[in-house]
Amino acid sequence: MINKTVQNAEEAIKDIEDGMTLMLGGFGLCGIPENTINALVKKGVKELTCISNNAGVDDFGIGLMLQQRQVKKMIASYVGENAEFERQLLSGELEVELIPQGTLATRCMASGYGMPAIFTPAGVGTEVAEGKETRNFNGKEYLMEMAFESDFAIVKAWKGDTAGNLVYRATARNFNPVMAMAGKITIAEVEELVEPGELDPDQIHTPGIYIHRIFQGKNYEKRIEQRTVRQK
Amino acid sequence: MLDKNGIAKRIAKELKNGYYVNLGIGIPTLVANYIPKGLEVVLQSENGLLGMGPFPFDGEEDADLINAGKQTITTLPGSAIFDSAMSFGMIRSQKVDLTILGAMEVSENGDIANWKIPGKMVKGMGGAMDLVASAKNIIVAMQHVNKAGESKLLPECTLPLTGVRCIKKVVTELAVLDVLPEGGFRLLERAPGVTTEYIRSVTAGKLIIEGEIPEMQLD
Repeated sequence: MINKTVQNAEEAIKDIEDGMTLMLGGFGLCGIPENTINALVKKGVKELTCISNNAGVDDFGIGLMLQQRQVKKMIASYVGENAEFERQLLSGELEVELIPQGTLATRCMASGYGMPAIFTPAGVGTEVAEGKETRNFNGKEYLMEMAFESDFAIVKAWKGDTAGNLVYRATARNFNPVMAMAGKITIAEVEELVEPGELDPDQIHTPGIYIHRIFQGKNYEKRIEQRTVRQK
Repeated sequence: MLDKNGIAKRIAKELKNGYYVNLGIGIPTLVANYIPKGLEVVLQSENGLLGMGPFPFDGEEDADLINAGKQTITTLPGSAIFDSAMSFGMIRSQKVDLTILGAMEVSENGDIANWKIPGKMVKGMGGAMDLVASAKNIIVAMQHVNKAGESKLLPECTLPLTGVRCIKKVVTELAVLDVLPEGGFRLLERAPGVTTEYIRSVTAGKLIIEGEIPEMQLD
């Protein structure tokens, strides 16, 4: 088996440079590549375009990169929990493209499936449709949305093997599988890195062919945004 | 007049056995608490879960298991987890029977606005644009007027749109209304103690009142 292992996040991002486009998996703070984000903050690369469903919170996740002004453009579907983000957006410091969540996921998927574009009804008749080609299929209007191109996709999985095969856990799966398929180079950080043969081939969510670099992360904080419980 | 739980309770009466339902953030989430006994309803959370269970017991929260509002939740026997592309695949292909979501404005032709106030607030549309563009059946759960006391049921939306001609029904603290295909809000039910005159006074869009309007039955 081809061994995709790198030592750590620092090695995984060694050739990420200013001005690149990155995809980052996760929904809110769930399933985000914590180790790699921290390494990007430490490295200080700037002028990045980030494609991610959300923008983290002020002091965690992509929010840390926003605080360091490392992000030039953010492409996301929902950014409601980040005051610094909203401030940079309203003041014009940060370029933002808000797109429907399903469109975001499917533009990643299209990239990983080798399809240049998709047609979706989401956003027809709204400002999302401005400047986009539309087509009518069976009496309904659809927008043509292009597959994403990114220099790096960065994802987080629960388990992975050194061949790059990944298994996600619970709703920490979210955007990770479709983004993993969409990077020119895809970095996967996992909670547990195992040898080939230890994962059941029938249970693999992302086949290793899509993964270029994999490492076992450490010190996962796994912060919860809205801790909501009921009493016994 | 209903409180938020009352709105949720009334909407829960629209559920049917075997429905797959997507609940938006806010009042729609509360609908889960009032699913009528004996109905099998499966809740879809667009971050990738079918069969959303109740909130976990204190101490049993799992950071990897959240709903679209980022709240900790649980799974149920028979739950399924999938990625975001598949989640919106089942929404786009109309496998989800009913979508319940909040709104800032609804127009009399069924347009909805709920994601942006230019210059003031930009949270993003999340999954709302995908949901309203594809769902067969959409109910809006919202307050009848905004914080400034202005009607949220309008001839035309003033805020950037989330979707056009897609809303079929609106439930507020005052009323249940259908949005007619030819335009206009048809008053179906009044909240307990609320008069049709009052509903008329806080509805800016075309309001259609035909005959006696019954009070909502909540139980």
